[in-house]
Amino acid sequence: MSRNAKINALLLFVVAALAVLPLAFGMGDHKEEPFTGADSEAETAITEIEPDYEPWFSPLYEPPSGEIESALFALQAALGAGVLAYYFGLRRGRRQGELRALAQREDGQAPAAEAPVGAGGSAAGENRPTERA
Amino acid sequence: MHIAEGFLPPAHAVAWGVASAPFVVHGVRSLTREVRAHPESTLLIGASGAFTFVLSALKLPSVTGSCSHPTGTGLGAILFRPPIMAVLGTITLLFQALLLAHGGLTTLGANVFSMAIVGPWAGYAVYRLLRRFDVPLMVAVFFAAFVADLSTYCVTSVQLALAFPDPSSGFLGALGKFGSIFAVTQVPLAVSEGLLTVLVMRLLVQSSKGELTRLGVFLAGRRSPSGRSATNGTPETPKTNDTNDTNETVAR
Repeated sequence: MSRNAKINALLLFVVAALAVLPLAFGMGDHKEEPFTGADSEAETAITEIEPDYEPWFSPLYEPPSGEIESALFALQAALGAGVLAYYFGLRRGRRQGELRALAQREDGQAPAAEAPVGAGGSAAGENRPTERA
Repeated sequence: MHIAEGFLPPAHAVAWGVASAPFVVHGVRSLTREVRAHPESTLLIGASGAFTFVLSALKLPSVTGSCSHPTGTGLGAILFRPPIMAVLGTITLLFQALLLAHGGLTTLGANVFSMAIVGPWAGYAVYRLLRRFDVPLMVAVFFAAFVADLSTYCVTSVQLALAFPDPSSGFLGALGKFGSIFAVTQVPLAVSEGLLTVLVMRLLVQSSKGELTRLGVFLAGRRSPSGRSATNGTPETPKTNDTNDTNETVAR
């Protein structure tokens, strides 16, 4: 693993640890319902402060069950992750293409079979199906 | 940080809506101008919005024994400046209000104010300040995202305390109560958000150096002409306002 990849992995590891540690140390144990959403805790606090308060508007659409709700949350995350992955994939492909074009130019008119693209192998290979076969 | 549908008295709901609207309108104009001037930005703007989408769907456990989620608004604020984040944040909040019954239409103004306006501006201000003192890029990115996240939840606490002051201890009492629910829970999550934003920024530096250079991300100190000009001068960079033309030529 390159130094870059190691740092990235470490960042992800710390984020995961920050999420897991409160669970592992049972930091929700003092609660009746551990690890509820802060949003709903705020609703409870409001009704404690002002017991007479009635929400005067209700959501136009409410997910009919917890399952549907988590499905929609997953959809939200998947949409976001999909777009991000598309972006980085596209960038990587473009960069590899540029490197390959550059290498070709430097090699003069010689076929770029040995182009030193490194990780660009797959991108480079697309244009030379015959060599692969 | 979502204030649930119907949980702000009508006067408060309207007031926050009125306060947020100009920022969002200005943001839409900035966004169209940026896309028109630099069509190649569209993809990265989409990626910034996508980052907000992912992070605000991630409900993470925290030290207080409850769950909350990051906001993901720091990244877009650094890359494209806060007005554009006002639009991207609003889209995320609308999605959650309409499909997930998280937040709501009556509380949209208040939620937009905390997540899509104050968060990005606070994060951006910290970023610019740190960069002016030549703090390394990734350190500045971390604190920008951290502050964008945490300030959002502080604003939510203030909004609720204003609407529901404690009968005995008043506004401050209520602020303590809501603050302990939102802000304290958020501290470790803000750290997570800072780290994730650094991660994405590192990937961007690897993959999109040219784009980041054009956006002026690598410039420490006073941001000089960088091509994003067209959008808006900030209090910190009053100069960019009237040098649109020169900025454009420098960028090309």
